[in-house]
Amino acid sequence: MKLKEKIIEAFLFLCASVTILTTIGIIIILLYESISFFKNVSIFEFFTDTQWTPLFSEQHFGILPLVSGTFLTSAIAIAVALPIGLTIAIYLNMYAPKGFRKTLKPLLEILAAIPTVVYGFFALTIVTPFLQTIYPDLETFNSLSAGLVMGIMIIPFISSLSEDALYAVPKSLKEAAFGMGSTRFQTSIKVMVPAASSGIIVSVILAISRAIGETMIVAIAAGQQAQLSLNPTIPTQTITSYIVQVSMGDAPQGSIEYKTIFAAGLTLFLFTFSLNTFSFWIKKKYQEKYE
Amino acid sequence: MAKQITISMGKKLEKPLPMDKVVDKSLKRTHTIEVNDAKVWYDDFMAIKGIDMVIKPNTVTAFIGPSGCGKSTFLRLFNRMNDYVDGFKMEGKIKVNGRNIYKDKIHVEDLRKEIGMVFQKPNPFPKSIFENVAYGLKIQGIKDKKLIAERVEKALRQADLWEDVKDKLKKSALALSGGQQQRLCIARTLAVEPSIILMDEPTSALDPISTSKIEELIFELKEKYTIIIVTHNMQQASRISDFTAFFYLGKLIEFDKTKKIFTNPEKQQTENYITGRFG
Repeated sequence: MKLKEKIIEAFLFLCASVTILTTIGIIIILLYESISFFKNVSIFEFFTDTQWTPLFSEQHFGILPLVSGTFLTSAIAIAVALPIGLTIAIYLNMYAPKGFRKTLKPLLEILAAIPTVVYGFFALTIVTPFLQTIYPDLETFNSLSAGLVMGIMIIPFISSLSEDALYAVPKSLKEAAFGMGSTRFQTSIKVMVPAASSGIIVSVILAISRAIGETMIVAIAAGQQAQLSLNPTIPTQTITSYIVQVSMGDAPQGSIEYKTIFAAGLTLFLFTFSLNTFSFWIKKKYQEKYE
Repeated sequence: MAKQITISMGKKLEKPLPMDKVVDKSLKRTHTIEVNDAKVWYDDFMAIKGIDMVIKPNTVTAFIGPSGCGKSTFLRLFNRMNDYVDGFKMEGKIKVNGRNIYKDKIHVEDLRKEIGMVFQKPNPFPKSIFENVAYGLKIQGIKDKKLIAERVEKALRQADLWEDVKDKLKKSALALSGGQQQRLCIARTLAVEPSIILMDEPTSALDPISTSKIEELIFELKEKYTIIIVTHNMQQASRISDFTAFFYLGKLIEFDKTKKIFTNPEKQQTENYITGRFG
């Protein structure tokens, strides 16, 4: 009996360690290949060169164009998702009838379940042509449609997590606000949202993190030209879509082109890792407030 | 100028009760709250079974009774806080300062500026001490900073909190002690200058010292406000109130001067309750 328990315990421990070991393994490989990359390309060049052309004959290894592409598409996505997501959260929490809330929330979460490749084609074949009827100079591949569609995709991240945060605000605060003669709107904006702000910030950070890591939509709809520009109407390339491009191409293993994807991957990992850590820290710091 | 009040449980009591010396003659209003055959349901459950009551200005009225007797529900009728409860339904008339608050086209927001409420658990907003007290003024659209600062100080003084917090108005209200938080909630209510203050067991979460401070405060506030307080504490009711209403199973059993209720109640049930034989 005791032995059986021990075996079970060891097995469970093994399962848990697999995920941790995998993570560690990935980080080690990222670091290893990146270090070998930085033996050929100086870190200074990597962060200051304004061109990223590892696949051209005249090679430049400046990550900035990829960072700007990533930043631009994510910023557009957040500009769409934050107001809409937060409005939905407030509506569900303060205005919607109770039964409606229970139905609408899971329905919204379906948005997150749509394969991102579908979003990508949606951006390329529907959104871009539509935007071109308004603004004819818009290029076929552009960060605007990719960002807009990505914004729609991450709405549920914000609406759902923010609604959870609003829901967790003690009922007594809502009563206090109503008792003072606040309207529903005043209660939402002046009391509920500030009280839930840590949860709302966490939801936004996680959504940003998701947008930065998003690959298919930008790879399909935003083009494959790394350009250091914040113009949303022209093609751009994000860190993720660059990695796709190289992984699908024929850069020989061990070559400098091949190693770029690890350096780019490491950069991406640092971004998302710091965002997730930041959100974790906010959650920890402000959570106990009402306990 | 002896006013009379009539109470009943469905039907009128035979003998009207005299009431005197509590009315401030400068006030035009004679009745602050008049309740006429109020009935409340939560879905199929009848929580209030027909209550009549008249509450006069500048008095403290205590609602007592065992848990679930409807006293809190009844209190929350006056500022329509029950409106948010699922399945809430109400019949009857409640007039506040002469207006039927469930019928006339009133804005509940305006009603609640006239009738402040202090809750069981201190519930300051997660804002600074100053912002908590200024909240009610700001949502009314008052922007005059000087006026707001004056009203905040006045309210904090009235709530006997000014000396404690005058040097840390910018600090979070959540850093105050429970008793201070509750006085802050009272100050927040006073800042908008209501005429009636409803208190739903305001001291049940506080220690004895904080409790006695709040009680002193209620006693002082009576000069300017009409106060209705729900309490589980019999001593508290007898110490601070002018009138006491005893509720049981959704009915108003007895409503009279506090002194009478606690020394010589009409009803056996009231006597049993206040002497601790049940509840």
